[in-house]
Amino acid sequence: MALPPPDPQFVLRGTSAAVHALRFSCGSQEPDVPILFSGSENGFIHVWNLKTHRVDTALDGHGRKSVYCLETMGGKDRLLSQGRDQRICLWDLAEGRTAVTDSVVTENVGFCRCSLLKLAEGRWLMAMAAKALEEVQVLELPSKTSVCTLKPEVGAKLGMPMCLKLWQLNCGSQPLLLAGYEDGSVVLWNLSMGKALSQLVCHQEPVMSLDFDSEKAKGISGSSEKVLSIWSLNEQQNLQVYKTHKLVNAGISDITIRPDKKILATAGWDHRIRIFGWKKLKPLAVLDYHTATVHCVSFSDHKNPSERLLAAGSKDHRISIWSIYTQT
Amino acid sequence: VCFIPDGLDCSISFVSHVLGKVCVHGRQKEILSVLVPRLTDLTKSDCIWQRICWRLVECVPDRWMEAVVLGFVQRAPGADALSRLLGNLVVKNKKAQFVVTQKVLLLQYCHTTAVLQNLLGYLSLDSLRRALLIQVLQELLETWGSSSAVKHSPPEQQQYISKAILICLSHLKEPEIKSCRQELLTSMMEGVKCHLDSNLPQIRRLGMIVAESISLKINTDGPVLKFQYEEDDEARELKSLLVQAPPFCVVPSLPDDERNEKADAALPLVLESNKKSHTAAPMMPDEASDAELDSDDDLIPYDMSEDKELKTKAPVYVRDCIEVLTGSEDVDKWEATVKALESLVRKNPAATREVSVELAKILLHLEEKTCIEGFMELRQRAQVAVLTTDPIPVAKYLTSQFYSLNYSLRQRMDILDVLVLAAQELSYPKSHGKTKHSGAQKPCIQLLPGSDSSKDWRRIVDERIKSKTRRFATGPSQVELASGPNEFNSVAGHFFFPLIQHFDRPLTTFDLLGEDHLVLGRLVHTLAILMYLAVNTVAVTAMGKALLEFVWALRFHTDSYVRQGLLSCISSVVLSVPTERLLEDMTEELLETQSWLGDVVEKDPDGDCRRLALQNLLLMENLKKKLKTVPS
Repeated sequence: MALPPPDPQFVLRGTSAAVHALRFSCGSQEPDVPILFSGSENGFIHVWNLKTHRVDTALDGHGRKSVYCLETMGGKDRLLSQGRDQRICLWDLAEGRTAVTDSVVTENVGFCRCSLLKLAEGRWLMAMAAKALEEVQVLELPSKTSVCTLKPEVGAKLGMPMCLKLWQLNCGSQPLLLAGYEDGSVVLWNLSMGKALSQLVCHQEPVMSLDFDSEKAKGISGSSEKVLSIWSLNEQQNLQVYKTHKLVNAGISDITIRPDKKILATAGWDHRIRIFGWKKLKPLAVLDYHTATVHCVSFSDHKNPSERLLAAGSKDHRISIWSIYTQT
Repeated sequence: VCFIPDGLDCSISFVSHVLGKVCVHGRQKEILSVLVPRLTDLTKSDCIWQRICWRLVECVPDRWMEAVVLGFVQRAPGADALSRLLGNLVVKNKKAQFVVTQKVLLLQYCHTTAVLQNLLGYLSLDSLRRALLIQVLQELLETWGSSSAVKHSPPEQQQYISKAILICLSHLKEPEIKSCRQELLTSMMEGVKCHLDSNLPQIRRLGMIVAESISLKINTDGPVLKFQYEEDDEARELKSLLVQAPPFCVVPSLPDDERNEKADAALPLVLESNKKSHTAAPMMPDEASDAELDSDDDLIPYDMSEDKELKTKAPVYVRDCIEVLTGSEDVDKWEATVKALESLVRKNPAATREVSVELAKILLHLEEKTCIEGFMELRQRAQVAVLTTDPIPVAKYLTSQFYSLNYSLRQRMDILDVLVLAAQELSYPKSHGKTKHSGAQKPCIQLLPGSDSSKDWRRIVDERIKSKTRRFATGPSQVELASGPNEFNSVAGHFFFPLIQHFDRPLTTFDLLGEDHLVLGRLVHTLAILMYLAVNTVAVTAMGKALLEFVWALRFHTDSYVRQGLLSCISSVVLSVPTERLLEDMTEELLETQSWLGDVVEKDPDGDCRRLALQNLLLMENLKKKLKTVPS
């Protein structure tokens, strides 16, 4: 007899706008508190204190335009945020500061979240959707120099890039980019040559979100249809479909694999969060708390496994925090 | 039949005679099914055998040539095989030429597309024969373009000719097209005109496809003709004929295969499949080992039984539905309402009656806000539900709107359809009403009583006879059908008379007697159906009289669809109005109609009209007979 799904451990209220982005920063030691960053549709980035469950600071850097992507760059003092004001802002939050140190103007009016990859201490690669419709630009941070621009070939008709993921097999190897496009295909790009290595049509509808496990060379993508597509990368760097999973209701806004690669969470348009086992995509739980579309899910980076959390932000202005499958 | 000429000069003519005689006696299948494959194989590489084969067919006497040639054309596996077998027979032999170019293409239409492909491909393969190909194409186009042929030949023949034209076009080469471009253009223009004039959609579509293909061929640069028509299997098949698949990729598996080759072919397939299973096999052990190493099993799933499809709630009250449909911005709710409306209306008749006219108005003007599957059907069923729940006021509203300004033709025809569907539902006993309901899935009713009355008028007349004769002892009785009061009785007049009232009064945007003859045709058919459904109602006599006058006024209408409708009206009148009433109250009209029918049977150009008129005359005859047989 299966147990009923757990309730959220706690719910954060107070954003007063739909939540589009979440990022944990819980890796640091005491006396630093675990932090959750949330980006809302009203342009604010709230810094939540996970001990008191209250907002410590609210950052206003995007001119009241929706913030839809948040990334931490090595700890909670450096934050990257992307908003609909066509800007990517870099924040310095150390010692109570709330200053935007730098910004990148993307000139892109889409919703594609940027992707960040740490190359070395203080050096990052960032992939973002560029000004031209089908292009992806990769910049090096903090220098903001352009590494390459990835243009699909003429007539490919991929549409806008919808989601990006930069990854490298291990530190020091070639960084690669996986991009999901509007026409439902996922493309693997080689950054040094600026060429596409492989393209796979996974969905009939735009790819809304994807995540990739570089150890197992397996990835998962979700779309606006009812299917989750799991694909793998073989030795020749070719993408091939591994398996598909049919959902009850259509529409996935976000997918994320937990850092220990054991489970993954999907945020659905049907207001539900689904948990799957990553090995064989075994459905594990359906978390039904929100009353509107769930826009984003994120796993925490706690050092202690039993403290790990899952956060989900929804259109109903709430952020639910769950503690699930923390024993493994 | 296996003969080995050991390098001797043998006379083939005897064999030809035998072949001819056998074929003409109808045994083509037996002899040619053995002969043709054998000869196909033998002639493949061997020139001598080819010449022998040609001599064979050339020596067949003329009186049997047709049977032999036809047999070969039908049996040959491909155009190139036919070419090897027959050689230039069509050029050398007049009779063969006649059969191939005239008889098979223009006078017969029973052959399959494969036969046409063989034949025309055969003509195209040799330079001597290509002249015949062009000639054939011209003749085919002449037939295709002649308006009398389009009007009078059966659709199957027209399809056959269209196919032949398309295949010919596919074989033509550039220089040939250039030389006869002008003729192709003129015949296309004429032909397309006659085809589009036709009432039958199939003919129109054939014309469109052929015209498009011709235009494609002659205007390689520059704009080509493009029509809009329904793409279905037939259209796709026709269009595929325009492109000649290279014959060699299809044939290779067949020729020079004795069973060894077949086995050889089978071997690589087996090897491939083995390879595939080998590649599948390594996958398997991986997965198996994966399963062993799977430590995910310690992740226990939670109960997911609550995870069901998300459904937006539809309103539960009819008045709420009205609110949602008129005002709501919430598209999900709007969709759910449209889907749920019909059942709500049916479950709450009292509530519906309060708002029936308003609901009817909203539904008539309802447009698709989001893309719902089956929107038209959902809307129509909701309209029918409203109409059957509160017939009189809603019928009044709808019939008045039919003749109002500023409605589109589609909306007016929708009104007619809804009236018919509702009348049908009302006139059936209640339990039948439910099953009929699911049967009436199709949104539009075409020619319903026309076909009904033509097929089962005899049965209906028989039943009426049976019902009129007295029985002294009942045999084993049939199961009693459910009966209930005829709900259509009280409202038939409300459906019928307003529709018939203003047909001759033109409005600025709507002129039934003028260019809107499509709607007139639909109106006439609708009246016929309503008349038919009004059997056993009180108003039926008055309706019949009015309808006969209506028919009389329109009897010389030029559109054959309208005339067919008028004839169905007459059938409905004769079938629905009780005989006594027909003969007493409507004798004059009946006589006049009868004389008109006689005229139609003889002189009307449309086959369906003639047939319907004939049936009407028969129905009237039956009336007379019935009157004589029933003991008075």
